[in-house]
Amino acid sequence: MFTQQLINGLTLGGVYALIALGYTMVYGILELINFAHGEIYMLGAYLGIIFLGFFTAIGLTSYSLPLALILTFVLSVIFCSAYGFTIERIAYRPLRNAPRLSPLISAIGVSIFLQNYVMLTQGATDKIFPNLFEKAGMEFIGARVTYTQIFIMAASAVLMLSLNLFITKTRMGKAMRAVAQDKVMASLVGININTVISATFIIGSGLAAVAGLMVAAYYGLVNYSIGYIAGIKAFTAAVLGGIGSIPGAMFGGILLGLIESFSAAYISSEYKDAYAFIILIIILFIKPSGLFGKTQEEKV
Amino acid sequence: MKKAPIHRFADSPIHRFTHSPIFIALWLALLFLPFKGLEAAGVLFIVLFAAVSLLRVFKNYAGKIKGLLSSLKKFISGRIRIKLPESKTRSIALTLLMSVVVMALPFYGHDYLIDIAVLSGIYIILAQGLNIVVGFTGLLNLGFVAFYAIGAYSYALLNTKLGIGFWASLPLSVMLVTLSGFILAIPALRLKGDYLAIVTLGFGEIVRLVLNNWDSFTKGPNGIGGIEPPHIFGMQISRLGQFYYFIIIFVLLAVFIIRRVAASRIGRAWIAIREDEIASSSIGINTTAYKLYSFAFGAFWAGLAGVLFAAKMQFVSPESFTFMESVLILCMVILGGLGSIPGVILGAIILVMLPEMLREVQLYRMLALGSGLVMLMIFRPQGLMGGKGVSFRS
Repeated sequence: MFTQQLINGLTLGGVYALIALGYTMVYGILELINFAHGEIYMLGAYLGIIFLGFFTAIGLTSYSLPLALILTFVLSVIFCSAYGFTIERIAYRPLRNAPRLSPLISAIGVSIFLQNYVMLTQGATDKIFPNLFEKAGMEFIGARVTYTQIFIMAASAVLMLSLNLFITKTRMGKAMRAVAQDKVMASLVGININTVISATFIIGSGLAAVAGLMVAAYYGLVNYSIGYIAGIKAFTAAVLGGIGSIPGAMFGGILLGLIESFSAAYISSEYKDAYAFIILIIILFIKPSGLFGKTQEEKV
Repeated sequence: MKKAPIHRFADSPIHRFTHSPIFIALWLALLFLPFKGLEAAGVLFIVLFAAVSLLRVFKNYAGKIKGLLSSLKKFISGRIRIKLPESKTRSIALTLLMSVVVMALPFYGHDYLIDIAVLSGIYIILAQGLNIVVGFTGLLNLGFVAFYAIGAYSYALLNTKLGIGFWASLPLSVMLVTLSGFILAIPALRLKGDYLAIVTLGFGEIVRLVLNNWDSFTKGPNGIGGIEPPHIFGMQISRLGQFYYFIIIFVLLAVFIIRRVAASRIGRAWIAIREDEIASSSIGINTTAYKLYSFAFGAFWAGLAGVLFAAKMQFVSPESFTFMESVLILCMVILGGLGSIPGVILGAIILVMLPEMLREVQLYRMLALGSGLVMLMIFRPQGLMGGKGVSFRS
């Protein structure tokens, strides 16, 4: 039971962490709660189903399953990155210098739009993700681990590590950190702020798309409303770890996944969705800037 | 002198191509392609292309059009002198006319219209409550619907479980809600800006989940039915027309009290906190205490609206208290204009009426709401009757 919950929690946590990274990166740079981020994750899940359905229809799946899967994966990620980029261009960039509340409301508007757009075009009922891997898995110290779970854990670990490398080692990563620290100074040393912000949205949305695809394959069901609750939880994870901090988001996501799966197993599963918020309120009460967050001195 | 690099970039052919209407339309159509299929994407492309091109043309001539309009205005006002009555008499006449229209509504309106008007009234009270927190004090509350839910459920439970009537439960329920406002405010007010927003959002979700899952107490998703409507002097207020006047009394009460409080020392302290927290604390305002009042006072009105909602519907269920409802109330405040009492009334009425008027195209109204919010923020962030001097920094 314990190992089983641990594995379930890690799987869930990996997904939350991937979404939380998008939140935390955008927040770090724009100080904006990107409400539409959860919808990108939902779009990723839907795109997976749509592309896989398309490849099945043209016979690619039966010709070569791995090729179809890789193509689905790549296309979904590209499309979601494009969504992220476009949303920023249309809904956030004109509000760059507006009061703090404006982009937040704009983000809520985008979120409502995307949710209803998907509901209109894909229907309000659950969509089924084709069960490709059966429920194959293996035994692991008295717990059952499916290959999907292993894949999710491995993929999220690899993605998180490479993101960390990207942020710390590459030129663009350095530029991102500079912009997050001080936009004006960064632009004075020749960093193109708009490019950096676009890149942030593209990377964050790509990660969310991966999370969406993996969740669709894991649960097998997708609904137009999954983005909202996953988004809120991922944001909770980001806040848990201290928003704006990338390791914090990874840690917060995994912690949240573990908390959820253990409390659902040992306390009550009815309130599964509420634990995240209760933990959040408690942690923020004790440490208002999150676990890894730095308390910022306010400048007058 | 050397040209700044940004200009060179803006002149480049790539930049010109990516900003051409055809590219924008193609890009957006491509994004929608997987969800709608080729045919719809083609239609979308044509529509978008036309729209973007038109916008471009309009933008190019915007200056000229503006100049033309202003010269026209000058021309007209120079030639024709209409003697308008003084602004004070005019506003009194307007107020009188409006109050006659509002008060006589049940005599000429359909039941349907009255029903919507009653709902608008409830939302006006609710939105005024949120306006206190977001508009006056500048604290973003994304879980405001929780107070509304607590108000509605406490009346429903007091009435159906203990048989307590409307007038006895009203103060009890509202007190309970105000208390819960205090309780939430204590941990929440340690937080700033977005952290506060997310904690209030979490509070809203927790309340909804409890209502949804505590089957033995709240009957879970089935909701509670058979709630008694209020009585006045032994007369049951259950007909729509009666309820309409009943609600109007409460709306007037709410607007009157909130106006007075906003103009008082407390209200001015709230506005000072919104404009600059550090400055206001340095001139001796106890910011924590005033934020606490703001939270509790806002919750008070939400609780009242909740009780009225339960009494009107005679049925409550968790479905009425989702996050979308919080967003809707926030939209009313923002559409009307943060911190503007008449604006928020207008915002509430518009956002209750609009979905009803758009019933024909019901499926698309949420799309319209979403894109409308984005456009509102871009083109008129201060709302319809936006408060002047609202800066909203934290």
